[in-house]
Amino acid sequence: MIKTWFKSGSPWIWMTAGAVSINLILVAGLLLLISVRGLGHFWPGDIKEYHYQDRQSPETVIIGEETETALLGAAQARAAGYELLNKGEYLVQHLVKTGNRDILGSDFRWIQNQYIRSQSTPDDLLCVERREWGNFYGRLLAVKENGVVIAQGQQAWTVALEKLDSAKSLYNQIDKLQDKDVGAINYNLERLRLKQRALELKNQWNGVVSQEFADKKLAYELEYKVIQETIGKFNQDLKQYSLLVSEAGGRQVNIPLARIVKISRPNQMSILDKSIDYVRNFIDFISEDPREANTEGGIFPAIFGTVLMVLLMAVFVTPFGVIAAVYLREYARQGVITRIIRIAVNNLAGVPSIVYGVFGLGFFVYILGGNIDRLFFPEAAPAPVFGTPGLLWASLTLALLTLPVVIVATEEGLSRIPKSIREGSLALGATKAETLWRTVLPMASPAIMTGLILAVARAAGEVAPLMLVGVVKLAPTLPLDGNFPYLHLDRKFMHLGFHIYDVGFQSPNVEAARPLVYATSLLLVMVIVGLNMFAITIRNNLREKYRALEN
Amino acid sequence: MSQDYSTQPPVTSILKTAASDRHQNWRLLKDKIAEYCVTFGGLSIILAVVLIFFYLLYVVFPLLLPAHAKAVNRYAVTEQQMGNTVFLAMEEQNEIAVRFTDTGKAVFFGVADGDVIATDSLNIPEQARITSFAHGGFDTGVVAYGLSDGRALIAKHAYKQTYAGGKRLITPSLSYPLGKDPVQVDNSGQSLTKIAVSIGDKNSVLLAKTADNRVVLSSFSKKSSLFDDDATLERQESMLETGGNDVDYMLVDKEQHNVYLANRQGALAVYDIADNKQPVLKFKLNTLDQGLEITSMVFLNGDLSLLIGDSHGVLTQWTIVRNEQNHYSVQKLRSFKVSESAIVAISPEQRRKGMLVADAAGNIGIYNTTAERELIKENVPGGRPLAITLSPRANAMLIQSEDGKISYWTIDNPHPEVSFASLWQKVWYESYPKPDYIWQSSSASNDFEPKMSLVPLVFGTIKASFYAMLVAIPLALFGAIYTGYFMAPQIRQYVKPGIEIMGALPTVILGFLAGLWLAPFIEMHLSGIFTLLILVPAGVMIFAYVWQYVPPNIRHKLPEGWDCLILAPVIILCGWLAITLSPGIDALCFDGDLRTWLNSRFGIGYDQRNTLVVGLAMGFAVIPMIFSIAEDAIFSVPKHLTTGSLALGATPWQTMIKVVLLTASPGIFSAIMIGFGRAVGETMIVLMATGNTPVMDLSIFQGLRTLSANIAVEMPESEVNSTHYRVLFLSALVLFMFTFIVNTLAEVVRQNLRQKYSSL
Repeated sequence: MIKTWFKSGSPWIWMTAGAVSINLILVAGLLLLISVRGLGHFWPGDIKEYHYQDRQSPETVIIGEETETALLGAAQARAAGYELLNKGEYLVQHLVKTGNRDILGSDFRWIQNQYIRSQSTPDDLLCVERREWGNFYGRLLAVKENGVVIAQGQQAWTVALEKLDSAKSLYNQIDKLQDKDVGAINYNLERLRLKQRALELKNQWNGVVSQEFADKKLAYELEYKVIQETIGKFNQDLKQYSLLVSEAGGRQVNIPLARIVKISRPNQMSILDKSIDYVRNFIDFISEDPREANTEGGIFPAIFGTVLMVLLMAVFVTPFGVIAAVYLREYARQGVITRIIRIAVNNLAGVPSIVYGVFGLGFFVYILGGNIDRLFFPEAAPAPVFGTPGLLWASLTLALLTLPVVIVATEEGLSRIPKSIREGSLALGATKAETLWRTVLPMASPAIMTGLILAVARAAGEVAPLMLVGVVKLAPTLPLDGNFPYLHLDRKFMHLGFHIYDVGFQSPNVEAARPLVYATSLLLVMVIVGLNMFAITIRNNLREKYRALEN
Repeated sequence: MSQDYSTQPPVTSILKTAASDRHQNWRLLKDKIAEYCVTFGGLSIILAVVLIFFYLLYVVFPLLLPAHAKAVNRYAVTEQQMGNTVFLAMEEQNEIAVRFTDTGKAVFFGVADGDVIATDSLNIPEQARITSFAHGGFDTGVVAYGLSDGRALIAKHAYKQTYAGGKRLITPSLSYPLGKDPVQVDNSGQSLTKIAVSIGDKNSVLLAKTADNRVVLSSFSKKSSLFDDDATLERQESMLETGGNDVDYMLVDKEQHNVYLANRQGALAVYDIADNKQPVLKFKLNTLDQGLEITSMVFLNGDLSLLIGDSHGVLTQWTIVRNEQNHYSVQKLRSFKVSESAIVAISPEQRRKGMLVADAAGNIGIYNTTAERELIKENVPGGRPLAITLSPRANAMLIQSEDGKISYWTIDNPHPEVSFASLWQKVWYESYPKPDYIWQSSSASNDFEPKMSLVPLVFGTIKASFYAMLVAIPLALFGAIYTGYFMAPQIRQYVKPGIEIMGALPTVILGFLAGLWLAPFIEMHLSGIFTLLILVPAGVMIFAYVWQYVPPNIRHKLPEGWDCLILAPVIILCGWLAITLSPGIDALCFDGDLRTWLNSRFGIGYDQRNTLVVGLAMGFAVIPMIFSIAEDAIFSVPKHLTTGSLALGATPWQTMIKVVLLTASPGIFSAIMIGFGRAVGETMIVLMATGNTPVMDLSIFQGLRTLSANIAVEMPESEVNSTHYRVLFLSALVLFMFTFIVNTLAEVVRQNLRQKYSSL
């Protein structure tokens, strides 16, 4: 019976079906895992208060968010040196985010379920998101102005919210002054210095020019002084207020409002409140700068850097990819040359991305960039301008890497355009170039678009070559700003993919950063999968259209 | 398009006007220009690939170039009346050299022309004579004179650079680490016939052989007083037991840990002087065959190994090594045959493991120990060399010959440490118990011996991609077979792009999940993972067997080609079962924990980020690529072949195996090749999911380092155009060539397949 069943081959067909199933489960599981973990990051979780007593220490109070629960088999637990109180099969452990790194030394703590005496979620528990030292969990006691209590008890919360609002707007003003205005002055001073050096090199530096430069410098310095004074005044105002809070152990701590990003009492929030907070958290995440070595705050510069790099890359890659595809389809006689070109295209697609990085670093950065510096920026020496990894070289390297994607997609589009259309155009007396420009390329534009989108999706996720040609973990300035010439191709930038690598693997506080990495991953995956689906939809529509044309 | 018609001239005027001719010509010209531009653009793709290849080659190429030495000048020794040369040395910029003489004078002269720049003389007491001389390492600049009254004088030559008016000025000077006056070495005041010296920041050691054949060890330590700047020297004297052996060569290493004594006949004795009150004899051995004589003995840079030159022109390298049993011994690492004449002088490089060797006939050679290379072999006129020196950057040398002339040569030897052997074969490194493949490219210190064997990296690359393919091939090919041949078209149009989208996922995300989620998960559920491997196929089989006994009215509700959907819950169930059962299995078969069991039973260690994790994650990454290409090949097998086979009575599976797979096999082959190429070059997953330890270990529970990850880790720190930089480019070139071959092969196979299909 079984023998004939095997002979029929049907079990093998089932096995192959199983392989498809496994593949699909893997894809779905992966997307699900990232989504759940990534989306969970923004949800304001309840803060719990545990009364905890283990073998070594007396009963303590622990306040924090439960982030993870792990089951450890009894044998494994014993091997790891834990003891099980009531002969359970598992040792249940919770990972609690206790925050208060400045007091406790670390943000997280594993506690064992068996030692928890009681747990509750009191309404008055407070979560303070700070600019440094991570979150603070505890209770709000009072609000102080210049060290004098101005509100306490029930009132404290509303007063704190109110004061925090004004403190934040002050903080943002200072931030803007420092970043934009002071940044602009520094930038201009640096340009002045370079100009002076350039004139010196050309032997055109004389008394008149030097006076002119000195005047300009003085003007900038005066401006700087004024800004500094404003900042000083703002800082004075900002320093006035502070919160008096108590931590789990009962210790009272003063937190200046200047150091606070946000305060919340999640235990009091309704589902609706939490949802609003959730959306707000998400918006903050994609619109704010990172804090604390990238492990807290938002990822705006990384998004910005990725998008800008990818756009630049698209500018480089599109013409080359399209021309190559047009040559292969419209001009070249099918033969040895086209075969070699196809092999070359395939090789470009198959060469490891890190090799592009090595090539980009050696050829673009050191050879091209080095020579550009020597020719056009002698005044900056020995500091490199283009002779160092930066935005331009990163996008050029990725353009080379994604070239095959554009070529293949465009070629596919061109091959689907019926011959009759070209022949019609030629028969009416148009030259080949005119036919191409007026009829073929417009018809193939959705295919080109598809290729471009796929290339962008590929480039957005590529990290290995970028590590060599221009991505950094923290860029002090965006590559696009209000200082002439506005787009700074020589600057280093941040990138979502590298951000994931860096925060997940290079940061000292991986545990705290992990949710953020999941959220970043989710964003990147959504963008890339979205782009891919978009491209596939365009392609499918296109195929339908051509099929209709052919008939 | 419509607006263009309006700009065209009316039909009547096309006939014959100058303007229309011009317009026609302009159109044709544009057409031609477009053609040339497009052709150039198309061909530039080939150019790009060729450019990448040649650029990588261009950076790697200098590694293959031979070293050169060029005679620049030859001049007579100046200030001859100040005595005969006992020691020559040069400073960093190759501008000034110094000649120490047997009368205790130092002559600083220009390297290029020999003109005297300055002279200085050491404070040798009236009543004493100089009886011996030694230097304390070329890099330290220390020299020691032993005197006839049992004392010794230590000096150091140093150079100060100043920039005056944009010009560099180098001023030489002498300093005295142990004071301007001689220090007592032998308490009994015997004449010092041999001397060796090692000067440290705080502690210094002088070793001397006295006229009555004792070997005296004097240690000095600087004690700085709390109240003034003066430091006082404290001296400790002890004797080395030589057992009556003659001593002709003496060396003290810079750590002041070991003392090496040798006699002409080749007997070498090593003493441990870590406790300077009680030197202990550690090793005693013979380094030469009968009849040969030691003619020269110095330290290699780093003072870890000895270079011994003998009377037959053979240079040998010896070092103290520790074997697996923690047992120390002195081993001969390698030897170089320099010539037939005796080796008279050896001058080690100061920053690399190389040296300049001169023999009695005036032949000089430059060697590198790590690469076992003879880099330069030249003959210097003037007979037997008396003193030789290499410059600190090893780019120039001075040789003083018998005839009283000094030859000045420049050397171009940028990458001596690379040879075929040092990259691809086992190398016996200093202090290692045996020859081995090791990658350890850089360290902070100058004495470091770079270990640049690409073998562990290539091994890691192959190991990682092997396991990745082991995961990917069955899943991708089986999946492709089903999707391409059996699956219903309605779901195929979703399943195929669904799996292909998986290939678009950034590998950095897969790597992150592998490192931070999968690795700890596997560590917790190791036995569950292996159970999964058995349980899932078994579960599918059992389900398939049971399925045929399900009542037909239910069975037929599932249309043909939808089987994979009802299998999904089965597989998820099996997976869940495997993970839940794992603690039970652990408790039953493996004493509670598979990892500790493996370790205690078989001594198999477990790294959290190991090959298993990499294999799974990277397998996942290459599945879509293999799947997509293989599926295309299977799907495009002409339908008349399969229908013919089915019509002749073959079962669907038989048709699959005998017709479809055979016809599509070139396509499947190229799919696997391309997948393999991708796995070999993948960077981020390996970087994040392994510990990046360049070990050569077959265990799947150990980490690894691949070529690509190595580039990603080390390239940003590598100095441009250094040997390390070029070797990293070499590994990129290796990756490029490998994927080039694989991809070209795959593409050629695919092109042929396409032609075959079109003819069918």
